[in-house]
Amino acid sequence: MKFGVVVFPGTWSDRDWGHVIKDVLGAELIYLWHKDRELHGVDCVVLPGGFSYGDYLRTGAIARFSPVMDSVAEFAAAGGLVWGSCNGFQILCEAGLLPGALIRNHCLEFRCEWALVRCDQPGTPYTWRLERGQLINLPIAHGEGNYVADPDTLRQLEGNGQVVFRYCDASGEPTAGANPNGSINNIAGIVNSSRNVLGMMPHPERCAEPELGGTDGLALFRSLLQTASSVTLR
Amino acid sequence: MIAHVIVVPKPVVNDPQGTTVRQGLRALGFSEVTDVRVGKYIKVTLDAASADEAHDRVEEMCRKLLANRVIEDFRFDLLPAAAEPKNRPALDRRRRREEEPA
Repeated sequence: MKFGVVVFPGTWSDRDWGHVIKDVLGAELIYLWHKDRELHGVDCVVLPGGFSYGDYLRTGAIARFSPVMDSVAEFAAAGGLVWGSCNGFQILCEAGLLPGALIRNHCLEFRCEWALVRCDQPGTPYTWRLERGQLINLPIAHGEGNYVADPDTLRQLEGNGQVVFRYCDASGEPTAGANPNGSINNIAGIVNSSRNVLGMMPHPERCAEPELGGTDGLALFRSLLQTASSVTLR
Repeated sequence: MIAHVIVVPKPVVNDPQGTTVRQGLRALGFSEVTDVRVGKYIKVTLDAASADEAHDRVEEMCRKLLANRVIEDFRFDLLPAAAEPKNRPALDRRRRREEEPA
């Protein structure tokens, strides 16, 4: 499976993603420069975390106009896998590839900590090795992860099972205390209606080795690798 | 032309910055403050053949980039560029120099 990790000016998680993809999983890796329209035949495009274009105007607002994003939008429309984390999630919302938006954390703090999230949707290419209701521990690091959407959009997301991850306490309840940023309905990650585009605030690439304090992020990568191999076999 | 664009969070969207500034104002004794919304001011200088053309172009700029319509509302005023004070940056620089201690 070939991953393409997009690099914008100000992206900071690209090498972490690259390390996990290449060194931990042994998958094929290519970095996609934001000015490059060519996706080089990748199976999955990754939009990593960081501060693309210095978060000028709004997070992700400028990055979405990069030449590479036209190709990413076409790729997504054709059913290609597009995985955005942190700033990548913000870019996907700005680009309209996912509904809603991410605004300033309700606490106004940059939250850099471990967050317990519940998998509410194992029926995606990214999560099918997880069980419904399974709790996983993932790092977060963001100042603008407060997910908002209008009531109709929210009803649609919840009704279609597009909410993939929710911040929860240790008993699996999405309480206000377990919500690090004020996201509506404790939303930590969503997919589009055809489930090929995933946006999430936590960083799965930062918990894929025991040395880094946890390996829960690996479940997502392995789900994806298995998805790709089953597609190839068919 | 010069467009003075104001972008503010939609009324239904939580504004954590506004809430915090409101609390700050009240803590300073401004007990009459009931609500604060924090937005952005963006000044755009543009060439346009007419005020109508400028209006349409700035409207499009706001919709495409300056505001995110999911969470923000925008409004703007258009003024002829001549109405702006000339050489403002130079004046500001001179004033700063004068104010700096020798």
